[in-house]
Amino acid sequence: MTVEVAAVVLTAVATVLIGAYGLRAARTTSDFYVASRTVTPWWNASAIGGEYLSAASFLGVAGLILAYGADMLWFPVGYTAGYLMLLVLVAAPLRRSGAYTLPDFAEARLESLVARRVASVLVVTIGWLYLLPQFQAAGLTLRTVTGAPQWAGPVVVAAVVLISVLGGGMRSITFVQAFQYWLKLTALAVPVVFLLLVWHVDGRPEVASGEQPVFAETTTVDVATDVTIEVPGPVIVDIDGTLDDEQIDERRLVLPGEVDVAAGTTLVFPEGAPIPHASRLTPLDGEAWALPLQANGEHPLYNTYSLILALFFGTMGLPHVLVRFYTNPDGRAARRTTVAVLGLLGLFYVLPAVYGALGRLYTPELLLTGRTDAVVLVLPGRLVDGAAGDALSALVAAGAFAAFLSTSSGLTISVAGVLSQDILRTHVRSPVSAFRIGAGLALVVPIALALSSPLLGIADVVGLAFAVAASSFCPLLLLGIWWRRLTWPGAVAGLVTGGGTSTLAVTATILAGQQGGWLGALLAQPAAWSMPLAFTVMVVVSLATPRHLAPGVDRTMVRLHTPENLDLDRGDWDPEDRWRR
Amino acid sequence: MTERVTITGRRRGRPPVRRRPVTTEIDAQTRLGEVYMRALLRAQLRLGFTVAGAVLGVLAALPLLFALVPEVSSTEIAGIELPWVILGVAVYPVLVAAAWFYVRAAERVERDFAEMVDRR
Repeated sequence: MTVEVAAVVLTAVATVLIGAYGLRAARTTSDFYVASRTVTPWWNASAIGGEYLSAASFLGVAGLILAYGADMLWFPVGYTAGYLMLLVLVAAPLRRSGAYTLPDFAEARLESLVARRVASVLVVTIGWLYLLPQFQAAGLTLRTVTGAPQWAGPVVVAAVVLISVLGGGMRSITFVQAFQYWLKLTALAVPVVFLLLVWHVDGRPEVASGEQPVFAETTTVDVATDVTIEVPGPVIVDIDGTLDDEQIDERRLVLPGEVDVAAGTTLVFPEGAPIPHASRLTPLDGEAWALPLQANGEHPLYNTYSLILALFFGTMGLPHVLVRFYTNPDGRAARRTTVAVLGLLGLFYVLPAVYGALGRLYTPELLLTGRTDAVVLVLPGRLVDGAAGDALSALVAAGAFAAFLSTSSGLTISVAGVLSQDILRTHVRSPVSAFRIGAGLALVVPIALALSSPLLGIADVVGLAFAVAASSFCPLLLLGIWWRRLTWPGAVAGLVTGGGTSTLAVTATILAGQQGGWLGALLAQPAAWSMPLAFTVMVVVSLATPRHLAPGVDRTMVRLHTPENLDLDRGDWDPEDRWRR
Repeated sequence: MTERVTITGRRRGRPPVRRRPVTTEIDAQTRLGEVYMRALLRAQLRLGFTVAGAVLGVLAALPLLFALVPEVSSTEIAGIELPWVILGVAVYPVLVAAAWFYVRAAERVERDFAEMVDRR
């Protein structure tokens, strides 16, 4: 346990130190936002990878695969394919636009402050929606590896992020995140070698055998948070704690049905007993787990396709992903960087499936406690004994911590950038102090949400953020870059319709839980209808308001699409003008 | 060693015609400049849509394939079910290859465009 604490502290200290190294160079406004565009493609690709691989990738994907099997492989595939869509449709033009943030892009292309404001609100919404699960995951991790209370994780992560962001902004963050990509890859890859060795020595037991998952040996389960479990068949359990509000300290027969287990209870299950599931997880037997189109509720095909759309087209609309592209020196470098990112992501995403599958064999009690997201953290210590096991546990804990730090830093910078440019600018004179105040504000709200809302599936909530991005910024970017007749009323109408309806659907699902039937499916996976809706509204309203076509649209198109080495008039728009006015 | 001789004085005949490069047409936003810009946009968009469509098409066909031909799902390669092999490992090299192809093609389009408009 002390080793894990040391690993987490080391990650935090390294983050702050590498951030301080970049601080020397960060002096001007553009240093703070985009590292003055002097980052080489290799650094940039590692940094993008480091920033993008969040708690959802490091912990959430393996957790989902453990619980729901093959269908969940679409998450990593979608996270990666989203970068391909970004590359082929928006990467170079977006870099050439010269904008620092998404609202900058909206203003430059549409020449409208209204469009800018609406984009700002959406950046903050998506940023907070994405930060929330990061902080909850931080709580889960710190609790799993050190036993610290749930609130400690979010607070520690926020403090480290604040220190490194306040220090040097994007410049320092670039180095920090490049370091964190390699840390995360190592932290997941090295234990996998040992896990597979143990599994091999074990006689390669079948992962997806049997009708129903059973405990392979006598298993002690410590329940850390209150949970309602679904007991599949009568089972004799040694109980020490509270079941259904009754204090028990004896061996007892538990009958099938729903049972409330209070935090702090210890349950000892005999070998061969069927594993009860946390009732918020839908249990799958071995056969169904291994096959696709089994886990996605009543309408698996709709859910799978909607998820694919959200992930493929949501990536380009994530605020922290876009701001990274502005640190490339030119459009060509932006493209080449993206290819490298795809390689780095592919390398990483092969790994979580191994944890999910082996977790099914060796840590089935996570299905009972419902904390499947912890499988990456628990598995190495479970399979490897002694000092090696401790070292591996420390490594994954450090990797997980790097995941929260990097993604939260990137999101904080994006949200802080928008808050400082669009809200604080009128009140605070210095851009750098406005940015610092913005960073504080960007963190306070999601922390409050993380501490007050119930623990949600990490990758689930992140998937919802993708759905909102796919239904708002994706149409704005695609139409803005490729269709000159997009007008600001059209863009605003589309952003409000797509972003609004998907946010409502997502909020309803988070607050009220997953509903049944078609309505439930449509609300839980809104992208398949909200994204086409946003496109339609943008096109129809733009065609109806040709008077509001941006006067400089042709010049902007030259700026977006022509290679930088050509001597052309690209207009004189500069995002830093905002500070000089 | 021969001495260098500088020849001064008027050239004979007409100087070669200096064509206006297309870049100035684009700057002045003439009809001709617009035609060139449109051609560039169309070429890049067609390329982007082709790559995106191909990749999205292949991946989007998979759930349908799994739904309509369940035998595919239970086929095993080296003891691992086919969907796990495809979605867990095989897609990633394909995505990188598609990206590589796109970058080369997009840079070629830009090179051609630059040669066309910058010729003097």
